[in-house]
Amino acid sequence: MKKAELMDYDKALELFEPVLGFEVHVELNTKTKMFCGCANEFGQGANTNTCPTCLGLPGGLPQVNAQAIESSIRLGLALGCEIAEYSRFARKNYFYPDTAKNFQTSQYDEPIAFDGQLTIELESGRLVTVDIERAHMEDDAGKLTHVGGATGRIQGADYSLVDYNRGGVPLVEIVTQMIEGGEADSPEIGRTYVAAIREIVKALGVSNARMEEGNVRCDANVSLRPRGSNVLGTRTETKNVNSLRSVERAVRYEIQRQAALLHAGGTITQETRHWHEDTGITSAGRPKSDADDYRYFPEPDLVPVAPSREWVEELRATLPEPPAARRKRLQADWGFANLEFQDVVNSDLLDAVEATIAAGAAPQAARKWWTGEVARLANVSGVSADSLVQPAQVAALIELVVAGTLTDRLARQVLEGVIAGEGTPLEVVESRGLAVVSDDGALIAAIDEALAAQPDVLAKIRDGKVQAAGAVIGAVMKAMRGQADAARVRELVLERAGAAE
Amino acid sequence: MTNLIKRSAADLSELLADRSVSSVEVTQAHLDQIAAIETGVHAFLHVAGDAALAAAARIDARRAAGEVLGPLAGVPIAIKDVLATIDMPSTAGSRILEGWIPPYDATVVRRVRDAGLIPLGKTNMDEFAMGSSTEFSAYGPTHNPWDFDRIPGGSGGGSAAAVSSFEAPLALGSDTGGSIRQPAAVTGSVGVKPTYGGVSRYGSIALASSLDQVGPVTRTVLDAALLHDVIGGHDPLDSTSLTDTWPSMAAAARAGLADGALKGVRVGVVKELGGDGFQAGVAQRFTETLALLAAAGAEIVEVSAPNFEYAIAAYYLILPAEASSNLARFDSVRFGIRVNPEDGPLTSERVMAATRDAGFGPEVKRRIILGTYALSAGYYDAYYGSAQKVRTLIQRDFDAAFAKVDVLVSPSAPTTAFKFGEKMADPMAMYLNDVTTIPANLAGIPGMSLPMGLAPEDGLPVGLQIMAPAKMDARLYSFGAAVEALLEASWGHTLLSQAPELAPKEITEGAV
Repeated sequence: MKKAELMDYDKALELFEPVLGFEVHVELNTKTKMFCGCANEFGQGANTNTCPTCLGLPGGLPQVNAQAIESSIRLGLALGCEIAEYSRFARKNYFYPDTAKNFQTSQYDEPIAFDGQLTIELESGRLVTVDIERAHMEDDAGKLTHVGGATGRIQGADYSLVDYNRGGVPLVEIVTQMIEGGEADSPEIGRTYVAAIREIVKALGVSNARMEEGNVRCDANVSLRPRGSNVLGTRTETKNVNSLRSVERAVRYEIQRQAALLHAGGTITQETRHWHEDTGITSAGRPKSDADDYRYFPEPDLVPVAPSREWVEELRATLPEPPAARRKRLQADWGFANLEFQDVVNSDLLDAVEATIAAGAAPQAARKWWTGEVARLANVSGVSADSLVQPAQVAALIELVVAGTLTDRLARQVLEGVIAGEGTPLEVVESRGLAVVSDDGALIAAIDEALAAQPDVLAKIRDGKVQAAGAVIGAVMKAMRGQADAARVRELVLERAGAAE
Repeated sequence: MTNLIKRSAADLSELLADRSVSSVEVTQAHLDQIAAIETGVHAFLHVAGDAALAAAARIDARRAAGEVLGPLAGVPIAIKDVLATIDMPSTAGSRILEGWIPPYDATVVRRVRDAGLIPLGKTNMDEFAMGSSTEFSAYGPTHNPWDFDRIPGGSGGGSAAAVSSFEAPLALGSDTGGSIRQPAAVTGSVGVKPTYGGVSRYGSIALASSLDQVGPVTRTVLDAALLHDVIGGHDPLDSTSLTDTWPSMAAAARAGLADGALKGVRVGVVKELGGDGFQAGVAQRFTETLALLAAAGAEIVEVSAPNFEYAIAAYYLILPAEASSNLARFDSVRFGIRVNPEDGPLTSERVMAATRDAGFGPEVKRRIILGTYALSAGYYDAYYGSAQKVRTLIQRDFDAAFAKVDVLVSPSAPTTAFKFGEKMADPMAMYLNDVTTIPANLAGIPGMSLPMGLAPEDGLPVGLQIMAPAKMDARLYSFGAAVEALLEASWGHTLLSQAPELAPKEITEGAV
């Protein structure tokens, strides 16, 4: 549907109530795949990380990755889920060339984790509790590349290539209950929920959590219920939305699209939809009915997973502080304004700032350096700020500024030196000779010279026009090549001007 | 040294160990027998003569260098085509895998090679082990060495025919509902289905994952035990593989030869595995065997297993259900043949469909359809779910029986070898042939078949089935070896010595 045909968002919400549901796939960062010993790695030659098991060769058999089970349990616990005492894998049978066995080894009626809850906070401060139905383990499919067609999709392609390196990579699929009452916030709920999941798996260290690499993938279910009705509308499932902003846009688009269709007397087809990042629209995928029959049955090649209660409690003890609670605590501890704190969070610098403060820096100074100069330099070289320099170095730099050894301007030069690998801030100060000149004798000599060279200025200062001192200060700073504390220079200028009286 | 091919693996093992015969000689003798009679028997889908002789020469060289090798080192073996072999095609008797050479060895094949056995080739079978006669092999049936007009049993008819026609002293089989034991029974050989999880399934092309088990096919109980010791034990690549430490099956078999080994053994006769539907000569030999056992001091106890009557029904839901999923991977994308549709566009779906249509035979299609239906939403509980409940009931029947007895016995099959074509038109009649063997697979317990005579009416071999509690495989071997000795003493010869001479000409023996 063209953008112009969409219903106005506010009008859509007047007529309909959006009902949401999300399925988030998290790729675990285990060393090996879910059911075989092949490396869980990307960037390898096609089909190099494969074996009889993940290629689905005749005779291949699965072996469960114990680390994946542990990661799944920790993730389940972090989502407030119950951990099943007895959990089984099941085969989800369907034919598709990216699925080597032509069934996915997943979980059906006995998932590892179920009945969880996640409370998210919207920008308005509104709290929304999302009920988690289940989090289950499964293996990923291979990657299809369609060659020939104009669109890169299978339709119109001359042929397709399959790379099974991703086939068998461990996934946890997190399924929410229906989310009702989101109203106008629905798109933001989508974005914030996925962001929260991403933050949790990152804090747990169970996934690399890079959405752009598909480590976290979201399927967004949207349906509309006419106001006054208690009958649910037909839903669509927009697949593989791979950025937080896209989740928000896709939900919003579907609300507007479905509303326009329904209002015009049309019906919604229960189907999967593709999200198009470039045009910001969704398009029809394949029909998906509730009666889709995957002929699930318990995987006979694997034994049940029955984690002991003791182990589950041990794993619970390893959980990090929930990211949302941690953010609240840190903002209060640091005394940051909302915008200041948001800036840190949005720049993904919470860990870096926290470590810098822990190394002795004042919170505001840590924030200022990371979101300011470090972020700027990182942006220039196209890398992430926290990969550029260690928090301890930033803290050491700040210490030198506080001690008066460096001005901000000098400190920026020192930072460049540190990033260039010239050593610690102190070492850079010494090797580049960048310390503030704190020898009053040298300064006084320079000031006296400057005052003598600008007798008119001296006269003005003596007349009480103190602001005229700026010209002398500038000349002195220039003479000192910037390596002087401007405040001290000012003090001395006034003093010398008075003394010369 | 006369007639190397008539020797048991245990005998060959001794001759090889003291170097009175070389592995090359033993291997050549069996290759000669294959060359002489294979046209009539058709036990093999692939014979790897050169590779076998080369492997034999390597074993001889190691022995000559003074290396002490395992008991079966240098002894030839035939491998059922259901097992993946890195150097030989592995087709599972199916057209869809024609010419496919796997990039890996099944764990049991690896163990056999590591133990120094000499793979001779791959043996014929019903396609994907679906059948009781080898008539469903895509490459033509194997003929029973006792009568070429009759079936050698199935699915492992090739392995059973190979050992009973002296083409190989040992073979590997796989048993999902009787595919080792029923062929053993109708060819006068010995076959063992180990406890589920006792032998690795990694690299065994799956029929029904929860029922399949690889096991030995031989001419004597001791030989089966020696081979069991080579292939058994935990394999981390098979998640259903048991981590138990197993006793030596060969030691157990030898213990069974001690005087009075049968004294006081409580032998249960399952009431439900007899009566109507059992051929008169089969029933007669069974009764006579029980009498011999009683005379040797065993205590014969009748036990009832009331839920066995549902075994076939449950089996023919569980097996097709699992098979329909296991066989989904045969889609032409990564391995095996590829068949394009005759007309219309070449989409992956249509190529998959055309390949499966051309590559699978009628019985495979029948079971895939059955299994797909049984797993369908809305039918799952009634079919697969109920079948799993029956399975539990059958396990309980066995538990109750083994509370009273040490072993259970029955005829291995209701009839002797039937004629080709007799049951092809009636799948149910074919399925009923496995009535005796299926319960052990459903319960995961070990079972053995050994010869107990020839049926008077047709002169064909009759098999005795012995079953023991799960993980008590050693008991099967002790009891089996004792029964085998008892029967052979009563006959004054081995059963296979009565088999018709197949060779049209004198076989060149490896002489020493």
